[in-house]
Amino acid sequence: MTTHAPAHEIPTVEGRREPDYLRVTKGFMSWVTTLDHKRIGLMYLFGVTLAFIVGGIFAMLLRAHLWNPGPDGQMFSPQDYNQLFTLHGAFMVFAFIIPAIPGSIANFALPLLIGAPDVALPKLNLASFYLWLFGTVLLSYSAITNGLDTGWTFYTPWSLKSQTAVLSAGLGVFVIGFSSIFTGLNFLVTMHKMRARGMGWFQMPLFCWAIYASSVLQVLATPVLGITVALLAFEHIYHIGVFDPAEGGDPVLFQHFFWFYSHPAVYIMILPGMGIISEVVSTHSRRPLFGYKLLAFSSIAIAVISFLVWGHHMYTSGQSEFAMQAFSFLTVLVAIPTAIKMWSWVATIWGGSIALTAPMLYAIAFLVIFTIGGLTGVYLAALAIDIHLHDTYFVVAHFHAVMMGSTAIAFFAGVHHWWPKMFGRMYNEKLASIAAIVILTGFMVTFLPQFEMGSQGMPRRYATYSEQWVGYHRASTVGAMILGAGFALMVGYLLHSLIAGRKAKPNEWGGVTLDWKCPTPPNLYNFDDEPIAGKLYDYGPTLKR
Amino acid sequence: MSHATIVTPTPEGGFQPHTVAHHFKTAEQEFQAAKFAFWLFLVTEVMLFGGLFAAYIYYHGFYPKSFQAGGSLLDWRLGALNTMFLLTSSWTMANGVRCSQLSRRKEMVVWLWWTVVLAGGFMVVKYFEYSGKFHHGIFPFTQVWHPEGHYGEVLAGVAFPKLFFNIYFTMTGIHGLHVLVGMIAIGWLIWRGGQGRFHSGWYIPVDLIGLYWHVVDLIWIFLFPLLYLVP
Repeated sequence: MTTHAPAHEIPTVEGRREPDYLRVTKGFMSWVTTLDHKRIGLMYLFGVTLAFIVGGIFAMLLRAHLWNPGPDGQMFSPQDYNQLFTLHGAFMVFAFIIPAIPGSIANFALPLLIGAPDVALPKLNLASFYLWLFGTVLLSYSAITNGLDTGWTFYTPWSLKSQTAVLSAGLGVFVIGFSSIFTGLNFLVTMHKMRARGMGWFQMPLFCWAIYASSVLQVLATPVLGITVALLAFEHIYHIGVFDPAEGGDPVLFQHFFWFYSHPAVYIMILPGMGIISEVVSTHSRRPLFGYKLLAFSSIAIAVISFLVWGHHMYTSGQSEFAMQAFSFLTVLVAIPTAIKMWSWVATIWGGSIALTAPMLYAIAFLVIFTIGGLTGVYLAALAIDIHLHDTYFVVAHFHAVMMGSTAIAFFAGVHHWWPKMFGRMYNEKLASIAAIVILTGFMVTFLPQFEMGSQGMPRRYATYSEQWVGYHRASTVGAMILGAGFALMVGYLLHSLIAGRKAKPNEWGGVTLDWKCPTPPNLYNFDDEPIAGKLYDYGPTLKR
Repeated sequence: MSHATIVTPTPEGGFQPHTVAHHFKTAEQEFQAAKFAFWLFLVTEVMLFGGLFAAYIYYHGFYPKSFQAGGSLLDWRLGALNTMFLLTSSWTMANGVRCSQLSRRKEMVVWLWWTVVLAGGFMVVKYFEYSGKFHHGIFPFTQVWHPEGHYGEVLAGVAFPKLFFNIYFTMTGIHGLHVLVGMIAIGWLIWRGGQGRFHSGWYIPVDLIGLYWHVVDLIWIFLFPLLYLVP
């Protein structure tokens, strides 16, 4: 007998040609030194979930603090309250939302979706995970030692005077920034150079287009955050004067720099979520996405416009009237590509063969909340209205509608959608559906009162408030606890599924993109044979009406 | 899907073959990916310095007289000398890249050595410029501020002259750091190149570090007139 049998004649492992990526090597070291995009994705998933839990605990603590209007009968001192909301913001923004979808979902799914054996730069991929880890450790170190009370925005001149751990937290943000740059750079190269044979730009699944747009932002905007934080550190240690009015500097320049990064950054956060929703609504209503090219180009349009709108964070900071009007106009423009996306998703679902699976329920929750978040964004973009609403709970509620209610929920939609592919196991669908509904309810109870309070003038970041808002604040606190319960349930059944979940089908949802055409869970290098891209979102002729 | 492609060097002796990484189909794909990734990295460098240039322009608008006075204390002749050093080093670097593509190992190493020497010249001039400023009582990044003699006269009466010098030291300091990193990277190329790692079949590291070097040069071409000439 010859020893050189062709691959397909090699005895199979549980009906597979090769062992899957989870079992191909074993041991702690095989994970922490892995170059496999799927394992790095899972390490990210684990890490960002921990960061989400830490940030979530801060959120529930600060909501509990606001149960009573104060100053008597509150849980924390005002100083501690300042630290709580700062740490909640810093953890959620830098350690969770920015890396969450690119680091975990896109790392896992992007190479599968374009039929590649790995990302283009696997070592850089692992490096960016460790940079994220190091930065998050620095943030945690700051939280444990001196805390941080500057708000996640580090505005000068307070961040220069604050006695809290501004330097270590700033260094953490700097390091996480590099992690984000490397991730974005890696995905851009992967999409440019690693697509499967037969996959042109317009045969790429829409998740890839969304990641493309957010990666461009990561690469272009994050270096500016890097130099801003570096200058802030120089200012803090050496008093070089660039941001300190006493030395001739201008704190408004810090705001320009910060928002030049941080406005594109909110699209770094939301665009990948939009990409997930595109895949989920198509797969679970079994219809090709309506308006493929419009969806693709609207991602790019959002990315381009997002560089020209940062001034809308600074309507009350002192800008020329012309600048404010221009920023207001440009900000409203973002609504156009965003609305195109909403209509395309709804039109995709319309007439589809809708399966109310857990990922689909999360996607529907996204569509509902994102409509609220998007429309209130138009209010805030409008110059005259924003002067009234600036720095109120209206802004807080808007921001959470697009970040927590949209990005985080899209992230969970993605986790539920690709979970069977990741682990070869299925979670309890009934519990998953209940959790989705609890989270949607929790969101509404938490944030709808905040919109109302904000429009009445309740300022954000205040440790105490006047009696008139007691009811709103208490409702909001109850909502936060409902959200916490929903997330706890989710973590519970997901972990349970790893031990006792039923074995997932090779193609759990009947998906038609390339990620469902490799073994479940995938091989170390993903596909058995080199995949060739066919027609995108081809659900077959039986589904035409 | 796993496979190993080996790029064999040109027949000329002493070269070592290059193995294509597992996830690429061909050496061409690997080359293209590395090159595109590096261009993106260079874009991030430009954005990083872009922030500093923005700060320069912003404060130049605030305090034009201070920038004029501060700039007049920088010696444009030393700046011009350094511009010459870097421009020449870009030329020697380009020659080094060319030689690596043609598998001319010894010539490549000589050109790279020239690049390092010229970069070293740049750093020496920078050292004399910096220490000249310290000598006149202008210390960057400290609260010590006692400009002496001629410096004191020129800077008397203008608003926040320290700000100009701190921006000058930050910009040229971060640029100088990039020159140092470049010297180390080129030193690595000389070491690996001497072992015969780079040849017509595989020269991407030389190519990429060459690109980096040109960007460092390019940033200086903007720094020199802004700091030394515009004021």
